[in-house]
Amino acid sequence: MWRDAALVAGRDLRVEARSRVTLQQVGPFALLVLILFAFALDPARQTLERATPGLYWVTVLFSALLALARSAALDETDGVRDALRLSALEPAGVFAGKALAVAAELLALELVLGIGVIILYGAEPAGIGLLVATCVSATAAIAATGTLYGALVSGLRVRETLLPLLLLPVLAPVLLGATRAFEAALGGAPADGWPWCGLLAAFAVLYSVAGAAAYGTLLEGS
Amino acid sequence: MEPVVHLRGTVALLGRFPALAGIDLDVLRGEIVLLRGPNGAGKTTLLRVLAGLVPPVRGEARVLGHSLPAEARAVRRRVGLLGHATALFEELTAADNVGFWGRACRASTDEIEAALGLVGLDGRLRDVAVSRLSAGQRRRTSLACLLARRPELWLLDEPHAGLDNDARDLLDGLVRQAVDQGATVVLSSHELDRAQALAHREVGLAGGITTPPTRIARDTAPGANGPDGLARGKAGPAPGVADRVGAAGPAAGRSEHETTPDGSDGVSEVPYVA
Repeated sequence: MWRDAALVAGRDLRVEARSRVTLQQVGPFALLVLILFAFALDPARQTLERATPGLYWVTVLFSALLALARSAALDETDGVRDALRLSALEPAGVFAGKALAVAAELLALELVLGIGVIILYGAEPAGIGLLVATCVSATAAIAATGTLYGALVSGLRVRETLLPLLLLPVLAPVLLGATRAFEAALGGAPADGWPWCGLLAAFAVLYSVAGAAAYGTLLEGS
Repeated sequence: MEPVVHLRGTVALLGRFPALAGIDLDVLRGEIVLLRGPNGAGKTTLLRVLAGLVPPVRGEARVLGHSLPAEARAVRRRVGLLGHATALFEELTAADNVGFWGRACRASTDEIEAALGLVGLDGRLRDVAVSRLSAGQRRRTSLACLLARRPELWLLDEPHAGLDNDARDLLDGLVRQAVDQGATVVLSSHELDRAQALAHREVGLAGGITTPPTRIARDTAPGANGPDGLARGKAGPAPGVADRVGAAGPAAGRSEHETTPDGSDGVSEVPYVA
């Protein structure tokens, strides 16, 4: 399974590297959202600083929708889904590979956004261990859930609009947990954030297992 | 010997529409069978059923010894489908695409490189993004993906479409070479002259059922072209193709008689289903 996952992740990342969609569209979109939040809340600087964790994760979530839609679209075009069904790839491996590729893109994006909130919002990084663990857990949760739901809506004509509609409510606990963990880290009380990080990890494991188990059926049904 | 394809009263649905309404078909190992019929006759659906992609809902269906739809996954790993869709990633190069699909089917690096070479993509074209390739070059790339997986049953849906004459000759040569090596081929094509020259026999389809088959004139004598005694069709490989792909040699005799691997008259293999 992991061999298949590496093969699929390598393909997705190579396609992204060649198309530069993440670099030239998703990244600038995310930075633009951060800047717009700064414009909207700048008169109340304290509000902006207090809302930094939430704004950061809302921006990550919106940007993730673009990356997830693109990841799902890769396997939608021109007979790719049939070719996947005809291949010897394990469906769980395909799921893991796609989720890993999205996660890698999101982690890179989160790094850029992290620099963005330091510059634009004046955030001061603290509790680095918790910040990193939260990013990894939340990213894994978003990537696994998004890949699963991307397969769920594949084959539908309205998939581009349906995916965010289904995904955002499901990811609400991730937004909540990641925001609370970041607040604890940036507020100098990392001990308060670890339970939230644990929740994120549990969410990620739950959806990773569900995705690996269900992906084959979804591949057949679409 | 069990047929590679054995269908009896096979019904398959596209949505709620019976695209196949009771197909009877046997294909023996080493045969090249041409499916012919008008648009909407069910040719593509039949090929997809044989690939294990569309489940038959009624009747008996066995492919490569596996029952469908129960053992569809086992069938899929042993067939190769060249359909209308190319299943290529536009941003990746031809070599990247063949490499990915080849490895996805457990092909070795040598097999992938050989496949690229066989379709003439081993030069500068191998590193060109698919988005910059012509339709014919994309088709060659898809063909290389199919070759890399070394299928036992080739399912070719309009394989000559979008190819120039050289590429068509190349494809025909590759099909004959595969059959020489023990593969079986079922193809559909509207380019009847070329397809009939390639096929050992043909099966008519209309409205999702088989119709009385048409005899194919042969330029080959039974047993003239290979150790298995298969007729190879009247069109030999194009100049240069034989060297590259090791296609079957020229016909040794001429005959108007239809043969199948079991030596019987191929046109009587398929009963008429009304």
